[in-house]
Amino acid sequence: MSITTKALYVIISVIVATIYGLALNGVVRKIYARVHGRFGPPVWQPFIDIIKTHGNNVAISHGIMYYLGPVFRLAGGLGTYLFIPVIFGSVVFSNFSLAGDLLLVMYFIFFGQLGMALGAGEGGHPYSPIGIARGLAQMTTFEVPFALSVIALAIQYNTLNITTIVAAQQGSILNWTLFTNPLAVVAAMISLLGMNMHSPFSIVLAPQEIPIGPPIEMNSSFLATLQTNRGLFGAAKLVLFMNLYFGGAAHANIFVALLIMILKTFIIYMFSVFVGAAYPRFRPEQSMRFFLKWPTLIGIASILFVAYF
Amino acid sequence: MDKKDMKNIEKEMKLANEGLSEKERTLFSDARPTPVRPLNKYVEKFLNWARAESLWILGYGTGCGAIELRPLMTSRYDMFRYGIAPRPSPRQSSVFIIGGYASLKTIKRIVRSYEQMQGPKFVIALGSCTINGGMYYDSYYTINRINYYIPVDIYVAGCMPRPESLIAGFNKLKENIKAGKCDGMNKYAKNFDWYKANQKKIIKDWNMPDYNW
Repeated sequence: MSITTKALYVIISVIVATIYGLALNGVVRKIYARVHGRFGPPVWQPFIDIIKTHGNNVAISHGIMYYLGPVFRLAGGLGTYLFIPVIFGSVVFSNFSLAGDLLLVMYFIFFGQLGMALGAGEGGHPYSPIGIARGLAQMTTFEVPFALSVIALAIQYNTLNITTIVAAQQGSILNWTLFTNPLAVVAAMISLLGMNMHSPFSIVLAPQEIPIGPPIEMNSSFLATLQTNRGLFGAAKLVLFMNLYFGGAAHANIFVALLIMILKTFIIYMFSVFVGAAYPRFRPEQSMRFFLKWPTLIGIASILFVAYF
Repeated sequence: MDKKDMKNIEKEMKLANEGLSEKERTLFSDARPTPVRPLNKYVEKFLNWARAESLWILGYGTGCGAIELRPLMTSRYDMFRYGIAPRPSPRQSSVFIIGGYASLKTIKRIVRSYEQMQGPKFVIALGSCTINGGMYYDSYYTINRINYYIPVDIYVAGCMPRPESLIAGFNKLKENIKAGKCDGMNKYAKNFDWYKANQKKIIKDWNMPDYNW
């Protein structure tokens, strides 16, 4: 494949994922509103918000690192997404999947947060470092069950390549990791709750106590970049989970395959949305203790299960 | 015009920041706000539509009128369906609601928050107190006319105005933004000296930079 065709495919893939991620955010806002007994904003509200924040005619910067923070965050989102094959067997949506891409993706999930930590720190607002400290601490703890679950997968499928893992789950619904290794899925889904930062684990943004934490000083285009990344990164994480645990999306017709992808990722996301709509927020130490207790034990059990049974 | 004149003009354009100590002056910007030119007519029209459909209000209740914002946000009146959402930081919000009377202590924070908002920014003044002082018209500690200190786009009269009237105010604001009539930020930048003089006349303990970037 020529480099121009590949570039074109990657651009299509990124645009589709970003639009899907933002639309998903809009739907989720609507669902939260219905839970509260409201009508809620229109589904396309996130798009209007991004246009508006990009359209601001003044943008205050606090320095070079502040400028680079959102750039790193977007690079983290793009990096995560670009190494995940979105649709199994599709040329357009295969992205840059390669041997060992799972490790690279896990690194990129952390990368954006670190870049943002440096950038937001320069903003000078006292709430940013508090949010960053909470974010990095929580991230380190929910990475533990997720990493254990990935290790279980690596032992089970004998590979760290996402495409091979998806290929091994084809054929029947009973080949999905959900049924072949349920403990790893449970550990990973609990860590997804922390990753999505919905209610019990929303200590990083915490709108009522540390007004939205790290991005508090971000304005205009800086904020718009972060919002765009939220759509893309959110979609990337869900696609990763779909690939690893729920059999990926595979169909001869690419539009049917996209529909399968949308349906599966939507259901995966609804898990954290429903938990978020029903439970109040944890305090930082509660959240960290939570991840290091049961999910970690379940993660270890999943490795033992795969290795010895 | 030679170089010396240019330097003098540049020096005059800088803000004195006299309220700050020598040491603090180095920490703050001394640049003046400048009016922003509109973009291409059609681009500006499109952006104005987006600005009108996505109003982020600064969550800062300045007076008793702020109590009306709670029913507005929750399920009874649900402002979210109009694309209006609260935002915790002035950096990210585009609408400032002056919630009723502003005391001398509050006006200082109002000015600070207003200047920190990124343009284009709009102000809704809620309640009679913001128009002529209302029931506090002869109070020694209450501002009578808020538009002496910051430019106001929409007034919502009443004591208290109900959430319905606030929604009506928001809809009027949307119409005005779409028509390109809400230019408070440029008005503030053009008449900066007048606004600053008014503010300094009443705020005696001025210990902040002349413009809070």
